[in-house]
Formats: sequence, C-alpha cells, structure tokens
Amino acid sequence: MMDIEKIRKDFPMLQSDIIYLDNGATTFKPQAVIETMDSYYRQYTANAHRGDYKLALHVDQAYENVRNIVAEFINCDKDEVVFTSGATEGLNMIAQGYCRRHLHKGDVIISTYAEHASNILPYYRLKEEIGVEIVYVPFDKDGRITVDNFRSVMNEKVKFIAINCVSNVLGYINPIKEICAIAHQYGALVAVDGAQSVPHIKTDVKELDCDFLAFSAHKLCGPTGVGVLYGKKKLLEETEPLLLGGGSNARFNSCGEVLLKDVPYKFEAGTQPIGEVIAMGEAICYLMNIGMDNITNYEHQLRDHLIGSLKQLNNLNLYNPNTDTGIVTFNVKGIFAQDVASYLGNKNICLRSGNHCAKILVDFLHTPATLRCSLYFYNTMEEIDKLVKELQDITIEKCIDVIL
Amino acid sequence: MSNPIKDDPNLKREVIMDHYEYPRNHHLHQSDRYIEAHMASDSCIDDIHVQALIENGIIKDVAFDGVACTISTASTSIMSELVKGKTIEQAKEIIRNYYAMIDQKDYDENMLEEAVVFDTVGKQANRIKCATIGWHGLEKLIEESEKKDE
Repeated sequence: MMDIEKIRKDFPMLQSDIIYLDNGATTFKPQAVIETMDSYYRQYTANAHRGDYKLALHVDQAYENVRNIVAEFINCDKDEVVFTSGATEGLNMIAQGYCRRHLHKGDVIISTYAEHASNILPYYRLKEEIGVEIVYVPFDKDGRITVDNFRSVMNEKVKFIAINCVSNVLGYINPIKEICAIAHQYGALVAVDGAQSVPHIKTDVKELDCDFLAFSAHKLCGPTGVGVLYGKKKLLEETEPLLLGGGSNARFNSCGEVLLKDVPYKFEAGTQPIGEVIAMGEAICYLMNIGMDNITNYEHQLRDHLIGSLKQLNNLNLYNPNTDTGIVTFNVKGIFAQDVASYLGNKNICLRSGNHCAKILVDFLHTPATLRCSLYFYNTMEEIDKLVKELQDITIEKCIDVIL
Repeated sequence: MSNPIKDDPNLKREVIMDHYEYPRNHHLHQSDRYIEAHMASDSCIDDIHVQALIENGIIKDVAFDGVACTISTASTSIMSELVKGKTIEQAKEIIRNYYAMIDQKDYDENMLEEAVVFDTVGKQANRIKCATIGWHGLEKLIEESEKKDE
C-alpha cells in the first residue's frame, strides 16, 4: 500500500491547494529530482566524456549510470539507451534516421487515428519525401485498437508500424505485444510511442519485443528537455543520427572521412543536458522505489472513483468510461470545453481542454474539443471529489462570471 | 455620460449569454464579394472564419462561423453588429478602443456599446485571445481590403 500523504510531501508543487489533473501534459517533480539537478550545477559541473580530471570523471559516472537505471527500468541493455530531448525527438529520429533510410516508395506504414502529432507528422513528411503510404488501423466502436483490426490491415507491403502504447486522448492500452508478434511474422518493425505509458505502467521492451520505444522524462516526474529512445542494438546501428558534432564521432579528417562512435554515443552529438539526464535517472529511481505496479494499481483506484462519480452526473458526456489508465475524457453538455477548463482553473483545478494534439480523433469523437483529466500517483480521492463537486454545480453563467 | 452596461455584472452576463446563444451574423456567405480570414489559434481551440463585405470604404456586412467558446463567439458577434455600416476609419477607431479596453488603458466606452462587457476579460489572461480572435480577423480583412484598393 502506498502512503499518499508521505508521497505528496515529496513534491514542492503539492504544498499548496492546487489540484493538478493534467499529468498527461507534464508532471510535478519530487524534491529529490530537483536537488539532483541542482547539485550538478552547484557541486560538480563539468562536461561529460571529455575530461581527465576528477570532477569530469564524476560527471561521466553519474551520466552513464543513468543508462543503467533506464536499462533496469524498461529491461534492455544499457547501450540500447539513447538520451534525447524528449519523446518528440526520439520519434523523429526513428522516422528520419531509420525509416527514411530503409523504406522505399510504395512501402506501407501502419499507424492509428489516435497518435500524438509527434508520432504521425514525421510520417506525413516521409510520405512526401519518399512516397510511403500510411494506413490506419480501424477503431472498434469504443475507439480501441484490437488485435483483429490490426491484423486486418497487415500485409506483405507493410514495413513499419508507428503506434502509441497508451492513447493520450482515450487512455486505452494498445495490444503492443500481439502487434509486435504479428508484425514480425511479416518482417515489419514496430516503433512505440511510450510517452503516456512508460510513466504509468511497467514497461518491459523484451517482453513486448518492440523494436523502438520513445518516452519523455518530464511526464515521469523528471525534468523537461530530456527523454529516452530505446532501440534494439542492431536497429540503432542501422539508424542514422540526425545531428553530427562533438561527442558523436570517434575520428574525422579533412578529407571528409568520419568514423562515428558506437551506439548509443553516435546519437548524442554536442553537449547533452547533463544535469537533466542525471535528474531523469533520479526520477526513474523514485518511481521504481514506489513500484510501477503500485503506481498502476493506485491510479486504477483513482480512475474507478472518478469514472464512478462522473457517471452519477447527468450533465456530462463521458467518452471513455472503459479507459485502461488515468486518462478520462469528457465534456459538460452545452458548455464549451475551454469555458469549463477556465472556470475550473479559477477554482485551482487544473485540467486540459482541447484536442490534445490528436487532431484526427475529432472525426471519431465528433466533438471539436474535450476536457481531459489525467491522473498520477500523487492525486487523491479528495481531489477527485472536489472536481466532481464543481462539475455538478457548473453552469454557463458561472463560466462567464469568471471574466466579469 | 458613462456606458450603463459597464458596471452591471448581471447585465454583462445577460449580454454575453444572449450573443452566445443567439450569435448575430453567424453564417458564412458563398459570394465572391466577401473577403475571408481563417483565424485558428494554436494554443486554444477556437477556429473561426470571419468574412467582410467592404465596398467604397464602408463595411457593409460582417459574418463569422466555426468552433468557438462562449467568449469568442459573443465577442465576435458583438463586433459584427458594432462595425456593420461603419466606414473603415470608424471601424479602425472602434477596434483601437476595444484593444485599449482589453489592455486596461483609456478608451471611449460609449463608442464600444455592448463590447464593454469584456472590460475585465484580462482578469483571466488566457481568455484575452478568445475575446480578440474575431476582432483580429476583422483587422486582417480591413488591411486586405485597403491593399486591394491601393
């Protein structure tokens, strides 16, 4: 059992009466993560992979140790861990660094209508640049991706699958393990956007057998501007770095011959956000100490309470009552999402209005905008009750009064 | 003489509700005589089209449609009524005063008529965009029509 009160004390941002339910966008940071980042700047600033002095060695060890932490966290080898600026960069590296090099005109990429922009726009670009085709897995009636529906679009022409593990709008967990198994039978590869899954559910890349996985640190209590790209070693070797520069090459000469470093270092050109990487390691340790299964279980309790309470209200449209995660999407009947979010914001309740970057989904939900409540392990039943109370009493007049 | 709407929250709420529930000029025209601006904000959901029929320096008609919250719908509706039939110069003066009001600067409250309902929208900084999106659309259209006439 998790001690939520104790956990909440770890978060400076939770020491006020703010109710933060926008964890799909970013998460609060525990004191330990902030201090870890701070200590790099205060106590042992030096560049990584460069120096011969003690300080630099300390930085090297701390920085490289994060690869071990990530490897343990997602069950991979440490040289399969590439540090990136976040999930967006990782996903672009997959499309531009791998697919652009290995896919050809007429090859098919399978994706879904529920992708975040960062996992679909890079493939739009590939479509323009090299003429690949993009095919979407049809949703079932609830907006889920089923194994059968995936199988229905799979064929020999499909070379690559770009799919989220958890949809940032509907909160469903996609059957990644089954999708990987089917794809591999056809010789196709699977790249997983783990931005909304890795922070919330135990991720084992060996068990999933996915070929690539990208996620961000800031959505798992870590700093902004840093994340991880996992790739199977052989595939990373076949992936071209997007950036070249210091730290990514072993040797080069004036004849233009360049010898890149081995994976993963060939991807980390230029000085990396060292303090942020080290703090990301601290954030992952923080989650592992609580236990990913404990986090998932508690989020499920919160979600069940939220869904149960929202179902009691007759002024709501709830779009994903069967969500697998703490992502719950709804609207107040007759009040535009942004008006509701703004009203709640005025009551110190933070949740998101919008189309959540998955713009294509609008065609499925048939609403131009929704409210999204996304929970994390530091939220409480009481916070949910306060949200529900406000939603119960909300009127359009009250929303207008916020600006009067 | 001051504008009576300004200090009456109940009246302000009523005016906003009325323009939200029954927005004026809320339909797009298919005619070539209208010029059109697509106003979509990347940071909020509002996504509207604003049209204007401007001839001989007169704004003969303004229309709009699209996805929009209460504030943007009501503010665009009020704007459309306010500038219809005005000369470009008069409309520019109204727009200038409206922006001054939003920015908490001195402005002529009588010139803005019902638009003074938004005089405190700046309390919620994120709603300023909603209260001005249609107005920015009109501003663009006026610029476009002036370029045409050059």
